[in-house]
Amino acid sequence: MSKNDNNLRGVFINGIFNENPIFRLVLGTCPTLAVTTSAMNGIGMGAAATFVLIGSNVVISLIRSFIPNKVRIPAFIVVICTFVTMVQMLMQAYLPALYDSLGIFIPLIVVNCLILARAEAFAAKNNVVRSAVDGVGMGLGFTLSLTLIGIIREIIGAGTLFGNQLMGSGYEPMLLLVLAPGGFIVYGLLLGIINAIGERRKKNSKEVTSA
Amino acid sequence: MRLSEVGILLFMVDCILCNNYIFSRFLGCCPFLGVSSKVETSIGMGLAVTFVMGLASLFTWAVHEYVLMPLNLTYLNTIAFIFIIASLVQFVEMFMKKSLPALYSALGIYLPLITTNCAVLGAALLNIQSSYGLLESVLNGVFGALGFMLAIVIMAGVRERLESSDIPLPFKGFSISLVIAGMMSVAFLGFKGLV
Repeated sequence: MSKNDNNLRGVFINGIFNENPIFRLVLGTCPTLAVTTSAMNGIGMGAAATFVLIGSNVVISLIRSFIPNKVRIPAFIVVICTFVTMVQMLMQAYLPALYDSLGIFIPLIVVNCLILARAEAFAAKNNVVRSAVDGVGMGLGFTLSLTLIGIIREIIGAGTLFGNQLMGSGYEPMLLLVLAPGGFIVYGLLLGIINAIGERRKKNSKEVTSA
Repeated sequence: MRLSEVGILLFMVDCILCNNYIFSRFLGCCPFLGVSSKVETSIGMGLAVTFVMGLASLFTWAVHEYVLMPLNLTYLNTIAFIFIIASLVQFVEMFMKKSLPALYSALGIYLPLITTNCAVLGAALLNIQSSYGLLESVLNGVFGALGFMLAIVIMAGVRERLESSDIPLPFKGFSISLVIAGMMSVAFLGFKGLV
């Protein structure tokens, strides 16, 4: 039992750090670039994707033995699409402002490579509990990364955080970062920095083992 | 709204330069970052996307207008569109294999990738959202895809040079590509307000 627990924790942590969908797997780049103009948008997009990810992972894991191998991709897409439509309707009803600012990127979660990739690579091969945990971990990793990019772009590009004025009135916002190019540049630099940290840690752990 | 010749030209400039699918709408970034490392393959990919996106815009518009709207089922848009696109891609692949083998051998390998290209579904959804007519929808699909092609071809050209340049190790690969895409996006920002 305790081994199983450890295993689940491993699956959960995996999604946040080792296989972080944004910074490690580099999946689902379109929403990452498009909606992270503010921290709130990042959280909203992350929450929507997490909901879809957990739902589709659980359902696909439940029905994985009934789906013929040949039609599995269309079957996965139907399941994902159902959850996306649910999110879309729920958001439209309860969070209309967020729905407007995320725009067509809510329905576009259907073609987010991350969700199909997890369905194919994980949920189709693992039991329900593990798939659900994987959904939560991956979703959380996705949300945290989007929020991080959103926070950086919002602070530098608009001088605010979650809509609150953060910089003094003398601060001249660097508008470029909330415009389209900012998404590419912030994401690219963060990716590089995280790679550098990862490599340094790997080197350190190697030195420790060799010593 | 009827489009005159000048209107079509302006619409083309708007889709390709001002509102480029990759640099200002962020649609189709996955193939943009993943595929483009050779100029020839990216031209192939671009042509395949143009073909499918034009057809997909036509069919999704028709289905929305004549099937989903009269039945009050517009909330099924996403599901219906993704099915149309997936089956269209499958159909185009089969048709090409049978009757246009030369074209198939050039573009065939890119076709399955297009189903998950969010530019195609994005264009279909944008057509509905902006309440475009039939002609505008198809033009939006075709011109949007040409803008996508322009972006991946430029990117492939830059990447070919990048192979031999000296980049700090952690920034190699996706990281430097994203920063370069950002710089190109700055350049494309200059076209804003042209139309």
